[in-house]
Amino acid sequence: MEKFISFDEIKKSLENRETDCSAIVKYYLQNIQTKAHLNAFVEVYEQSALAQAELINEKIASGKAGRLAGMVIGIKDVLCYDAHEANASSKILQGFESQFTGTAVQRLIDEDAIVIGRLNCDEFGMGSSNENSVHGRVLNAADETRVPGGSSGGSAVAVQANLCTVSLGTDTGGSVRQPAAFTGIVGIKPTYSRVSRWGLIAYASSFDTIGVFSKTVKDNALVMEIMAGHDNFDSTASRKPVPKYSELLHFDKRVKIAYIKETIESPALQPEIKANTLAVLEKLKNEGHQVEEVDFPLLKYTLPTYYILTTAEASSNLSRFDGVKYGYRTPNAHNLESMYKLTRSEGFGEEVKRRIMLGTFVLSASYYDAYFTKAQKVRRMIKESTEDLLNKFDYIIMPTTPSTAFKFGEHSNDPVAMYLEDLFTVQASVSGVPALSIPNGKDKLGLPIGLQIITNSFKEAELYAFANYLSAFNSN
Amino acid sequence: MLSAEVKSKYELVIGLEVHAQLLTKSKMYTSDSTEFGNLPNTHISVITLGHPGTLPKVNRKAVEFAIKMGLACDSTITRRNIFARKNYFYPDLPKGYQITQDKNPICVGGNVPITLSDGTKREVALTRIHMEEDAGKSMHLAGEVDTLVDFNRAGVPLIEIVSEPDMRSSEEAYVFLSEVKKLVKYLDICDGNMEEGSLRCDANVSARLWGAEEYGKKVEVKNMNSFRNVARAIEHEFERQILLIESGEEIISETRTFDAATGLTASMRTKEDLNDYRYFPEPDLSPVIVSEEWLSSIQGAMPSLPRELHHKFVNEYGLPEYDAGVLTDSKEIALYFEELCTLTRNYKAASNLMMGPVKSYLNELTLHISDFPIGPKRLAELIQLIDDGKVNFSVATQKVYPEMLIHAEKTPLAIAQELNLIQDSDEGSLIPIVESVLAENVVKVAEYKSGKKGLMAMFMGQVMKKSQGKADPKVATKILMELLDN
Repeated sequence: MEKFISFDEIKKSLENRETDCSAIVKYYLQNIQTKAHLNAFVEVYEQSALAQAELINEKIASGKAGRLAGMVIGIKDVLCYDAHEANASSKILQGFESQFTGTAVQRLIDEDAIVIGRLNCDEFGMGSSNENSVHGRVLNAADETRVPGGSSGGSAVAVQANLCTVSLGTDTGGSVRQPAAFTGIVGIKPTYSRVSRWGLIAYASSFDTIGVFSKTVKDNALVMEIMAGHDNFDSTASRKPVPKYSELLHFDKRVKIAYIKETIESPALQPEIKANTLAVLEKLKNEGHQVEEVDFPLLKYTLPTYYILTTAEASSNLSRFDGVKYGYRTPNAHNLESMYKLTRSEGFGEEVKRRIMLGTFVLSASYYDAYFTKAQKVRRMIKESTEDLLNKFDYIIMPTTPSTAFKFGEHSNDPVAMYLEDLFTVQASVSGVPALSIPNGKDKLGLPIGLQIITNSFKEAELYAFANYLSAFNSN
Repeated sequence: MLSAEVKSKYELVIGLEVHAQLLTKSKMYTSDSTEFGNLPNTHISVITLGHPGTLPKVNRKAVEFAIKMGLACDSTITRRNIFARKNYFYPDLPKGYQITQDKNPICVGGNVPITLSDGTKREVALTRIHMEEDAGKSMHLAGEVDTLVDFNRAGVPLIEIVSEPDMRSSEEAYVFLSEVKKLVKYLDICDGNMEEGSLRCDANVSARLWGAEEYGKKVEVKNMNSFRNVARAIEHEFERQILLIESGEEIISETRTFDAATGLTASMRTKEDLNDYRYFPEPDLSPVIVSEEWLSSIQGAMPSLPRELHHKFVNEYGLPEYDAGVLTDSKEIALYFEELCTLTRNYKAASNLMMGPVKSYLNELTLHISDFPIGPKRLAELIQLIDDGKVNFSVATQKVYPEMLIHAEKTPLAIAQELNLIQDSDEGSLIPIVESVLAENVVKVAEYKSGKKGLMAMFMGQVMKKSQGKADPKVATKILMELLDN
């Protein structure tokens, strides 16, 4: 069996009648089985994927196939898919089956993508290592003693290890970009509101986005252009038209690029990552692009701002998991109050509980203004400064992460060290602008390094084109 | 017991919070039906149940209804509406928070005019009106160990009308509530049924010595299911607080529940275990912008309001305040009357007909004016009949009107003719009748002529009898006088 890397290869094989959808699904099912120990998949929809493949074979034969016919996707365990379980990797949603399909997933299915299963992640998207999951940890295929990053660790590894063509993850503060960097693949966090959140189990509503993991920029662009756009189920989804990103990948202009001094000179930055990032900047300069170092003194406030606001929203978003209506309910309760307390104490993991408590604290009457109100103001400042920068420059380039994939348990006793993993990814999340991570070589242990490209809101087309250009000359 | 003397040292201060369930077809943030009285948990989508991955969506009709109420109360309409989450745990609250408005309610300020029984008129100032969603209903069924929850009501749109601490008597509170009810019914945004809970009222009550600058500590009283009970609860609470103050005890800021059976209030929870609702802006809803166009289209579609109609009835139709009050009590009666007044100029007769025979017919059969068989046109014709002197008011109401109720298709004139009720005002035909009456009463005529002028009424009665009630009293009197005084 041939090895499929990109959707282009799959399409070519389908066109040449070298393969059909059933064979493609079987190829991935085989890989999933072989790589089961990576623990990327929580559940594999073997029968329905094979049945769907048959249907799409028919459609291809009759010339009625959608644009994603032949694409096999995995979805993060926080995305709703009708009549399938969705647990958000939490005990509290044990046995919970969604009664509808989220917009992003539905749009891909409508174009004949085949959903092969749901993917492991950190509980409710909270984590940077995929160690906080009721389904267990996910192994990084590049080094199985190391984390794949998080929270969308399963989604990253599924693409990294060829368990599906592309996968969907969600990115609230870096949960697509950081694992993409750790696993050496492409991952995007679109502009906030670009993709409908209907069917995304919320962590922090004003930050949550649905992103895509892929091997190539082009596959990523294609999936994004299909998922994105206005949706009647999400009043916060943007009404701006969606360009055909995958057809706008040609790039031949000279552009203005900024890199933020505070990122490249961060003491937390691993030397090889710094070197590889600077090397890209140097190459860009040599190609005739304008590359400038800029100051972004607000960088140090991005993490605190992010953690105050996301935990505040999370503390409220997760209130619905109370044992009353669905999901886990403690068997040990003796009255209503103990039902609430025990259900939530037993149902949520440690990190989730930590964030609920943090969020409850920052919203409490006595601390509201000192934390929540202030963080909202700082968020606005960070957003405005980032947008100002992106009005002067076409792109900001920075490392995706301060370090490459770390060992299991390395940060387990130090939540703040874990939070620092998001140091470079939260700026785009706090600002709502799109950001994408592409592979940028490896460190001395052979672990993948990610390069992050940020641009202004709704400029995904420009982001993909530039990423495609960079990927090409990076591999030269 | 509290003596009247002690009580009179204190001023009562009342603020009301009124929740009105809006008459939209669908819920505040989903398309689920709001229909009342269905089997439990039959109008519950994944959104109502707060399933993970769901998002709310604002019902524009509910926003319009809230704006209408604001316009009716002269409130300022907020153009950029941000929703907020009010966080607390309760089994009937599916999301663990209620989506409401916090810092920028849709309507700011405004007032509700009231008229007290002694004729005093004043305006009760409003703080705000905001939009929110209702919770489900917890049901404690007999024989069930568990408490059950019906989520049909969860998400039904509400407006909360919050007054300033601007009322000083339970009567003011009662009249304020009646006016609010009248308004929501005129606007057709709420059915105003307090017994069924579509209108709910909490009262903030405090007492202070007359002349004191600071308000006393307020106590919130809940669970009054009628206007009368609101007034009772306020009165009781006022006296309870005065007794506490008089005995040197402190008033606790707390929530108390009213028991209609005993007329007493009892503590529900004190401030110490007061919830911290942790309000913050709802990130799942984009702001609802009220554009100039939208606002003016709502303004253009506003129905006549009780205060406008009252003003018109008094100033344009020259009716007494009392009449205007009765006629504007119900929107439908007022509109019927308004139409009637476009068909007749005898407004007072129209008002008398409405307040007398029409209302008593409706009350007797507990009918709504929309079920009233006689249209304004026919009623105007009846007034015309009186104005033309063809029947008098009592014949009109006692003889013609009952027939009209049965034969709505017949004109009052036709009925009067059929029943032979048309007054005779023809001197030529009346003179012989009067002459024969006088001829039959020679003795009485002599007594009259010798000064017993009171016999006139007797002669008149005879004339009416002989004419079978059709003699026009004015003409008959004139002829009688002429013949007798000769």
